[in-house]
Amino acid sequence: MSLHELSDEQREIRELAARFADEVIVPQAPAWDREHTFPKEVFAQLGELGLMGVCIPQELGGAGADFVSYILVMEQLSRGDAGVGTAIGVHIGAGQLPILAHGTAEQQERLVPPLAQGHELAAFALTESGSGSDAGALRTRADAAQRLTGTKQWITNGSHAHVFNVFARDDDDGRISAFLVRRGAPGFAVTREEEKMGQHSSSTADLVFEATPSERLGTPGAGMRIALSTLDGGRIGIAAQATGIAQAALDLAVGYAKERRAFGRAIGGFQAIQQKLADMQTEIEAARALTLRAARLKQAGRPHTVEGAQAKLFASAVARRQTGEAIQVLGGYGYTKEFPAERYYRDAKVTEIYEGTSEIQRLVIARALLGEAARES
Amino acid sequence: MKICVLVKEVPDAAVQKRIDPSTGRMDRNGEKNLNPYDTHAIEAAMQIREGGAVEVDEIVAVTMGPSTAIRALHKAVSLGADRSVHLSDDALAGSDVAATGYALAQTLKRESPDLVLLGQQSDDGECYTIGAVVADHLQMPSLTQVIQMDVEAGPPTQLRCERQAEYGYDTVQVELPAVISVGDAINEPRYPSLKAIMGAKKKPLDALAIGDVDIAADRVGESGSKVICGDFKAPPAKSAGEIIEDEDTNETVEKIVAWLDERKLI
Ligand SMILES: Cc1cc2nc3c(=O)[nH]c(=O)nc-3n(C[C@H](O)[C@H](O)[C@H](O)COP(=O)(O)OP(=O)(O)OC[C@H]3O[C@@H](n4cnc5c(N)ncnc54)[C@H](O)[C@@H]3O)c2cc1C
Repeated sequence: MSLHELSDEQREIRELAARFADEVIVPQAPAWDREHTFPKEVFAQLGELGLMGVCIPQELGGAGADFVSYILVMEQLSRGDAGVGTAIGVHIGAGQLPILAHGTAEQQERLVPPLAQGHELAAFALTESGSGSDAGALRTRADAAQRLTGTKQWITNGSHAHVFNVFARDDDDGRISAFLVRRGAPGFAVTREEEKMGQHSSSTADLVFEATPSERLGTPGAGMRIALSTLDGGRIGIAAQATGIAQAALDLAVGYAKERRAFGRAIGGFQAIQQKLADMQTEIEAARALTLRAARLKQAGRPHTVEGAQAKLFASAVARRQTGEAIQVLGGYGYTKEFPAERYYRDAKVTEIYEGTSEIQRLVIARALLGEAARES
Repeated sequence: MKICVLVKEVPDAAVQKRIDPSTGRMDRNGEKNLNPYDTHAIEAAMQIREGGAVEVDEIVAVTMGPSTAIRALHKAVSLGADRSVHLSDDALAGSDVAATGYALAQTLKRESPDLVLLGQQSDDGECYTIGAVVADHLQMPSLTQVIQMDVEAGPPTQLRCERQAEYGYDTVQVELPAVISVGDAINEPRYPSLKAIMGAKKKPLDALAIGDVDIAADRVGESGSKVICGDFKAPPAKSAGEIIEDEDTNETVEKIVAWLDERKLI
C-alpha cells in the first residue's frame, strides 16, 4: 500500500494506531498471551484517544472518521496483538455498527456514546453449541415479552461486555430476530471462559439467558439479515486483522534474517530465505489491497459481500501460511516462546474460522458466481 | 504569553535519504512527515501551557515550505497548536540555512512571540543552527539542545533550562523572549486524539507569501543563498567490525579484554 492512496486524516489515524501498537501493545503482548490477560486498561486508553469509536459519528461520541480508517486501525492494532484486534473488531464492527444501522435514534443515543468512548464494551452473540456456520439453526428463544432463554457459545468480549447483540427465535412465529441485552439483566450470566489455542488476550465466553429481559434491535424477523449484513462488514475487519498479524510475522522474520548468521553469513544472504521473504511481502500486500478495496466499497455504500469474503478468505490464508513461514525463517528459535513467531502462528489460525469459516467465504463467492445453480442439492 | 513553534516537513524516517546529484538538494519525492524533533517542541509548549506557572494564550505552529508542508502544520495542530502559519513562495525554493532563518524570523516578527520553540535539528538537513539564526534576526537570546525547561513566572518571565552539551550539562537561566531548540530527551510527545486529527483542518491557517512579511526577495531562495553544494561523495565505507561469537562466556570475555588491551583502551 502506498500512503498516497490515503487521505491526510487516514494517514494520521493509521500512524497514531501504529505508534500506539509499537509503544503500548507490543511490549505487553507476550505477557498477556502467557498470563491470559484481557488488557482492560489498554481499551480505556484507546477510548481516550477515540479509537474505540473510530468510525462512529461524532454526535454519538465517536471520532467521526470513515470505515477505511477503522480498517487501518484494525491492521495496526492487530499487528501489535491479535487479541486486541479481535476485541475491537467485535466492539466496533459487530457491536456498534449494527446498532447504528438498525437501532432507533433513541437506542443509538442511549447505547452508542459509552461504547464509542470506550467506557463500555460491546459483544455479538450469534453462535451456539449446535449452530456455528449454520447460524439459522440457533435455538435461543424470545417470548412475547422479549424475554430471552438459551445459551450462546464463544462470544468475544463475553466476560467484559456491557451491551450484547443477541440473536434469538421469536416464540410466536419461529423467525429469528435481533435483541439487545445489557450486562446485569436478570437471568443473564457468563458461565465459562473458553481455553483457546491462541489470542489469549481476548475473551471468548459462554453466556446463559434465562427469561432475560431484552429490547428489540430492528424489526421482528430481521435477525438473520442483521446478522449477515453485520458479518459482511465484520469480515473486512478480520481481513485487516489477518493482514496485521502477517505483517508482524514478516517484520520479525526480516529483522531476524539480517541478524542471524549461519555458514559465515547472515541468513538473509541465502536465496532460499530471500525468496521466502519476498513471497511473504507480496502476499501480504495483496491481502491488504483486497481488504482496502472491500473497505472502500463499504465506505461508498456499494455492495461488498463478495469483496469482503474474498478479502477475508485470502488474508486469513496468508496469515496462517506466512506466520508458519516466519517460524521457518527463525528455525528452532521460532518454535520457542523466546520469540513471538509461535504466538503469531497460534493467533492467526482462527481468522480462518470466526466471522464465517473459509469454506463459508467460498460458498458466498461461489453463490455470487453461480446463482441458483450453486444451491441445487 | 504567546508561543510560536517552528515546524518542518521532512522525509519520513522510513525513507532512505539521498542527495539528487543534479540539483545538489535532498531528493524529497518520497513519503514526508513532521520532523520528529519538532513534535517534542510542540509537546514542550503544551507542557508550559498545562504547567500553569504562566498563562499561555496561544500556541502557533509556523513553517516555511512548499504546499505539501500543510500536512506538517495539520499534524502540529493535532498535537496541540491552536493555529498555524504557512510561509510559502516560489522565491523561497533553494534557501540555505541563513536565508531560511531570515525568512522565518521575518514571519515570526508578525506574531511577536514571547517564546519561540523548535526541534534542535531537522531529520533531513541536520544542521542544528536554525534556532540561532532566527534568534539573531529577532535579537533574542538563543539556547540550543535543551532537555529540561522550567518556567519561573515574572515579571520578567524566565526559563531555567538544562542543555545537553558535548561535555555534560549546562543550566542556564534566560529571560523571555527567547528562542529555544529542544532535544528529544525533553519529553515524550503525547498521542494526538482522533478528535484532534479530524479537527485539524478546521483550525485557522494563515498562508503567507514573502511580500506579506517583508522578506527581501534577494535574500532568499537559491540566488539569495551563499551556500554552494557540489562534488558529492558517499562517506568512506566503514571497515567491517569483528564479531566475537559467545560460545564460552569466559573465553569471550578474555577475547574482548585482549582486544581492548591491544588498542590500549584499558
Ligand atoms: C475465538 C473465537 C471467537 C468467536 N467469537 C464469536 C462471537 O463473538 N460471536 C459469535 O456469535 N460467534 C463467535 N465465534 C464462533 C464462530 O463464528 C464459529 O466458530 C464459526 O462460525 C464456525 O462455526 P462452528 O465452529 O460451529 O463450525 P461448523 O459450522 O460446525 O463447521 C465445521 C466445519 O464444517 C465446515 N462447514 C460448515 N458448513 C459448511 C457448508 N455449508 N459448506 C462447506 N463447509 C461447511 C466449516 O467450514 C468447518 O470447516 C467465535 C469463535 C472462536 C473460535
